[in-house]
Amino acid sequence: MSTLTDPPSNTFRLSQLIYDTRYRSITIQVVALILLCIAFYWLINNTVQNLANLGKEFNFGFLSSRAGYDINQRPIPYDNSMTHWRAALVGMSNTLLVSFLGCIAATIIGVIFGVLRLSNNWVVSRLAAVYVEGFRNVPLLLWIIAIFALFTEGMDPPNTFRPNAEGIAQNDMIFGVIAITNQGTFMPGLAWSSLAWVMTLVLIASIAGIIFLRRRARDIQAETGRIVPVFLPSLGVFIVPLVLAYFALSAVSQRNEQVFIAVGAERGMDLASFAEASGRINYCGIPNQAGSINGQRYLQAADVNFRRGDYFGDTDARQALAAGNCSLIIADASEATALIAEIEATPLFDERIAVLSDTLPEGRAIEVHYPKMTERGIPRFEDGFQLRNPLIALWLALSLYTGAFIAEIVRAGIMAVSRGQSEAAFALGLRPNRTMRLVILPQALRVIVPPLISQFLNLTKNSSLAIAVGYMDVRATLGGITINQTGRELEGILLMGMFYLALSIAISSVMNFYNNRNTLKER
Amino acid sequence: MKKTVFFGALTVAGLAAGMASAATLDDVKARGSLNCGVTTGLVGFAAPDANGVWTGFDVGICRAVAAAIFGDPSAVEFVPTTGQTRFTALASGEIDLLARNTTWTMSRDADLKFEFVGVNYYDGQGFMVPKALGISSAKDLDGATVCIQTGTTTELNLADFFRTNNLSYDPVPIETNAEAQQQYLAGACDVFTTDASGLAATRATFESPEDHVLLPEIISKEPLGPLVRHGDNEWGDIARWTLNALITAEELGITSSNLAEMSAAPTDNPEVNRLLGTEGELGAMLGLEPDWAKNAIAAGGNYGELFEKNIGENTPIGLARGLNAMWTEGGLIYSPPFR
Repeated sequence: MSTLTDPPSNTFRLSQLIYDTRYRSITIQVVALILLCIAFYWLINNTVQNLANLGKEFNFGFLSSRAGYDINQRPIPYDNSMTHWRAALVGMSNTLLVSFLGCIAATIIGVIFGVLRLSNNWVVSRLAAVYVEGFRNVPLLLWIIAIFALFTEGMDPPNTFRPNAEGIAQNDMIFGVIAITNQGTFMPGLAWSSLAWVMTLVLIASIAGIIFLRRRARDIQAETGRIVPVFLPSLGVFIVPLVLAYFALSAVSQRNEQVFIAVGAERGMDLASFAEASGRINYCGIPNQAGSINGQRYLQAADVNFRRGDYFGDTDARQALAAGNCSLIIADASEATALIAEIEATPLFDERIAVLSDTLPEGRAIEVHYPKMTERGIPRFEDGFQLRNPLIALWLALSLYTGAFIAEIVRAGIMAVSRGQSEAAFALGLRPNRTMRLVILPQALRVIVPPLISQFLNLTKNSSLAIAVGYMDVRATLGGITINQTGRELEGILLMGMFYLALSIAISSVMNFYNNRNTLKER
Repeated sequence: MKKTVFFGALTVAGLAAGMASAATLDDVKARGSLNCGVTTGLVGFAAPDANGVWTGFDVGICRAVAAAIFGDPSAVEFVPTTGQTRFTALASGEIDLLARNTTWTMSRDADLKFEFVGVNYYDGQGFMVPKALGISSAKDLDGATVCIQTGTTTELNLADFFRTNNLSYDPVPIETNAEAQQQYLAGACDVFTTDASGLAATRATFESPEDHVLLPEIISKEPLGPLVRHGDNEWGDIARWTLNALITAEELGITSSNLAEMSAAPTDNPEVNRLLGTEGELGAMLGLEPDWAKNAIAAGGNYGELFEKNIGENTPIGLARGLNAMWTEGGLIYSPPFR
């Protein structure tokens, strides 16, 4: 005989929410959610209330008002008459620049030292260990400041490069073209002609060619077992078309005729008489344009008294001319007449303007310009490319610091591949470098990439320590000067937070994509 | 069946938004000290001396306000602020009063919501260059590398000056005065620009001040003064009238040496009596003791004494009174009457 238990009654009592295991977990989650919502509501409400008490309403209107301050490193065109939003963009591009450079350098340093730490040579592996422990265990900020101090205190100021009365300078430039000073490192820079974009196309085509070449080599090896050399052919495909394109384009651009357009000149005047009539010429230069650089060389060769103002592009320089900030620009001979009409039509422009009779070629497809010490006025370098000390210090410190962590990740990744793998590869007759490339690394990468992603994110976020050395990143422009001039702390910090969030998500999704390609494919 | 009790009701309490109390004076009194924002160190204006005691012209204002409230000039907590942190510190209530050579501008008043209680130093932005550079005018600064403290009005003036004169320059952003000094002396920048008084104070700390010159151009108006938050006018009044008391004291000839004598008994000058509390109810109107102004003056002397002691011509900084002389002597320092 069996006893039947009563079937559970279907009545629901409130107490079941806590005492009945079927409902308890849901109850707890719902309560937690409600508490979380209340906490957020309280935080936001409190902020809004306090802002209202202060009489500040929440709005982003300040982004479209005039910034009024200058930024020394400008990857995109900017001057102080542009908006706070533009200044924020300049800061963002500076952040992107240093993070990008830092991630690449940190990876290279990390891989090298990670491998060196596994070296059988006792001295090498100990030295690598000293590097890793030294950088990993000292705060990043100290490294940034120390490296910056090394450059600003340890190097000589630019005036030591100016020759004295006897023509002897205290310091000489390295190879005559590079000067390391406490205001930054000055090195040769590139200027592009109007046709240089063709070279970019050629470059893209070459890279596509190299990828094709490598695929083809792999297919041949798969079919026939023959190993086709790829390194030298790739190098050839990379270099030869570029060189050919350079010479071809240079031949064209050397024939492009350019003329000077001068404010206050009579029609048909030549440069020498214009210079005589106007005293000192203000030349609107565009440092990254071959034509402009060539025009400047022409002015120097003609030995006229001139000063160069730097502008970012044609439009910028023409606006400066129309605003009366300079008296001479260079333009294509074919465009000159139309350009003069355009400038004469500018409101408030009531000067005479004419083409000078001198003509000069546009120059080679890519012109190199070298830093040169000024002869009078404040000792400084003109032309060339200036790598500023804050960028150098930040870049070096971020790469060395993060590189130490990456070295450990790489070491761990390589050690995670079992010894049997390399022994098997050797037994098959693979040489050590092929063993590394074909057997060890593909397996090690699966271990290396995920923690590498978080190191890249760390580096990017740590770049906000730029403030310590006056590097104008987004923290210094949007989060520093803009907030200070406009008093919009909440909006500014919010925007900055969103920028870093977006950047981090972008980096991690790219790296995750790469990681997914490298993981074991399970079917 | 056993009855169960369900404790389901959640109480949400104490979530009312914590509104900042409007009465700063009560907060200060309850705390027993005044939180006063000063620079991170600018000799003559605000810097700790060898014993770690803050001294200087701006510090004098802080001490006078503390003395007016507590009768004790040492009841001040000095909070060093940079050009970038000062406004946030004041707006958030971390400090009660900011006396950090801050320029009075319209947007800081109307947009940042601060109340400037007066001007304690009329200044203007200048340039300092090494003598060896051989430059005698700011118009020759084309292409110069300029050290500039970020988050200041000087940053904006500098941009305007170079723009209107069609000169180019390379700004080197700097956080504190000490950093600027270090970069300037190392030659990492050719020029240092800030308020002329700050330049003089900085130069005074150099090993060889005579190797550096201040250029003649003054490119801006920089009325520097203490400021408080908007929204508490009673507190603003205390700061404003303490500053005015120091100025009026100089005008009436009340100095730290004759203060005791003049405040002992009513004199025959009624304004002196009203100021020093031997007559009338001016102290009570501010919510302070009758001898508030006497204590404020006793803290560091009157305006002129503060000036001479900290930044005057007999100090290493060596600033002349100039615009900061009494209005009776051709300057701009002027206080409304105590009545």
